[in-house]
Amino acid sequence: MILRTVRHTGWMVVRQARNLMREPIWIAMMIIQPLIWLLLYGQLFSRVPQLRGDASTYVEFLTPGIVCMNAFFGGMWAGMAMINDLDRHVIDRFLASPASRVAIVLSQVVRAGITSVLQALLLLAIGYALGVRVHGGAPGWLVAVAAAALLAMVFAGFSHGIALLVRREASMIATANFVGLPLMFLSSILLTTRTMPGWMQDVSRYNPVNWGVEAARNAVVVGGAWWTNGQFLLLLAAAAAVTTAFATWSFRAYQRSL
Amino acid sequence: MDAIVAQELRKHYRTVQALDGVSFAVREGEVFGLLGPNGAGKSTTVRVLATLTRPDSGRAYVAGEDVVAHPARVRAAIGYVAQDSGVDWEATGRENLLLQGRIHGLAGRSLRARVDELLELVGLTEAADRPARGYSGGMKRRLDIAIGLVHRPRVLFLDEPTTGLDPEARAAMWVEVERLAREQHLTILLTTHYLEEADRLAERVAIVSRGRVVVEGPPEELKAGLRGDSVTVELDRLDGRAQEAAEIVARIEGAQETVVEGDQLRTRVPNGANAVPAILSALEARGIPVASVTTARPSLDDVYLHYTGRDFAAEDELGGGR
Repeated sequence: MILRTVRHTGWMVVRQARNLMREPIWIAMMIIQPLIWLLLYGQLFSRVPQLRGDASTYVEFLTPGIVCMNAFFGGMWAGMAMINDLDRHVIDRFLASPASRVAIVLSQVVRAGITSVLQALLLLAIGYALGVRVHGGAPGWLVAVAAAALLAMVFAGFSHGIALLVRREASMIATANFVGLPLMFLSSILLTTRTMPGWMQDVSRYNPVNWGVEAARNAVVVGGAWWTNGQFLLLLAAAAAVTTAFATWSFRAYQRSL
Repeated sequence: MDAIVAQELRKHYRTVQALDGVSFAVREGEVFGLLGPNGAGKSTTVRVLATLTRPDSGRAYVAGEDVVAHPARVRAAIGYVAQDSGVDWEATGRENLLLQGRIHGLAGRSLRARVDELLELVGLTEAADRPARGYSGGMKRRLDIAIGLVHRPRVLFLDEPTTGLDPEARAAMWVEVERLAREQHLTILLTTHYLEEADRLAERVAIVSRGRVVVEGPPEELKAGLRGDSVTVELDRLDGRAQEAAEIVARIEGAQETVVEGDQLRTRVPNGANAVPAILSALEARGIPVASVTTARPSLDDVYLHYTGRDFAAEDELGGGR
C-alpha cells in the first residue's frame, strides 16, 4: 500500500517536473525572479544598518530571507497546476483509473519542495558570489535548504487545498495574494523582527514563513543555534503534514462533488 | 453474462435530479448506445459506472463487480474515455500512454510494446513524440481512446466520442469504434446525442430522457415497432400559424405524434403515399402554403417522440450541461 503510494507519487512528480521543463519561460522566471529580488532589495535597504540585525552586510541578511520568500511564494502558487489539471480533466481520468488518490495530491507538494531546493541552492550560490558565506558550514547549507523545502511544502499543501475547493483560477489568485503578502510582511524576510512593533513581533512568532526564515538565517548569519533551528524545522514539518492533510481532505470533497 | 448492469440508479445535484431510476443491462461483447438529448443523464450514468460519481441510490455492476462496494476492482477492468479529453497537453502522446500503463501496473518491455501497438492502432505513431498540445481535436480524441485501452480493459466507456469533432473526424471515429468492437473483444458503452451515431454504431440502444431509460432495444426493432411512415412537411411563409397547421394535420385520419419545429411539421401515418395528398389539400384549403413534403421510414427521432411525447432536437437545445 505505502510502496504503491510512493511509486505512484514518483511517476506523478516526474510527469509534473517534465511538463514544467518544457516551459522555457517558466524556467527563466524561476531563475531570474529570485535574482531580481536579491539584487533589488539588496540595494534598496543596504544603507539602513538597523534592518539587518546581526548580519555584517544587508545582502548576508537578505539571502536566507529571499531563499525562504521564494520557497514560500513557489508553494503558494503551486495550486495553479492542480487547477490546470482539473480544467484539462486529467484528474478525472486518473480518478477512473487505479491511480493512488494520495499520490495525486502528494506529488504536487513534493514537486514544489524539489523546485524550491533547486532554487535555494542557486540563490545560495549567487549569494556566495556576492560575498555571503554560510557560517554554519555544511549543516548550515542543509538547514537553509531544508527550511526552503519544508516552507514550499507547507504552502503547496495549503495552496492545493484551496485550489481543490475553489477550482477557479481567479479565486485561487485572489486567495494567494490575500494570504501571501501579509504573511510575507509579518516575517523577517526583509528586515529583522526587532524593528517591528511589539504586536507584530508576537504575531510573527506564529507565522510559518518566519519559522523558515529564522532557521535559514541562523544557519547562514549566525552559524549556530542548532537546537532552535531543529525546533523550527520540526514545526515546519508538522505544518506541512497539516496542510497536506487539508489538501487531501479537499480532494475528497472534490470527489464527492462529482 | 452481462458486462454492465444498472439498477434504478438515482443521483441528484442540488435541485437537479440527474438520474431518476436508470436501469439497463449490456451484454458481454456488445456495443451498447445510451442515446438521449443533452442533459438527459447519459454522462452522469457513465460517471457512476466508471466509479467517479457515487449514486444516491440504486446498484450497478461492471465486469461483475459492484461499483460502490468495489470501485478499485471496477477501475482495473474498465477504460473510461470522458466527454472532455483527459489528455495531458504538455506530455507527448507516448508519455501519456506510458504513465497510464504504469498506473495500471504495466512495466518494462511489455509496456513499451503495448504503447507502440496502441499508437499504431489509433494512427498516432508519427506524432507519438510530440507534445499533445499540438494535436488536432481528432488526434486528442484518438489518444484518449488509446489511453482508455492501454491495460486491455474488458469494458470501454465512450462518453460522447464525436462531440466537438468536424464531420470528417467524426466519420473517421465511427470507423475506429467499429474496428475496436470487431477486433478488441470489448464491451463498449457509448453515449451520444446524435441519432445517426447510435443508429450506426450500437447493436442495442437505451433511449434516455430526463434521467430515465424510456425504451431499450436494437435500433432496427425500435424503428420497426413504430408502424407506418413519418411525413415531414416544409411549410412556407408560416406567419405564426404553426399551431394551426399542426391541428389541421393532426385531424387527418391515422396521423399521430404531430409536432412542429421551426418551419417543419412532422407526423406519422399508417401509409405515407396515401396520406400526402390529404395533408397537402387540407393545408392548402386553409391557405397554408407548403414548400415540400417527404415521407420516410421512422427514424430514432420518431422513436424518441413516440416514447417521450417530446421532440428530440427541441429537447437537445433545452438541455445542456450534464
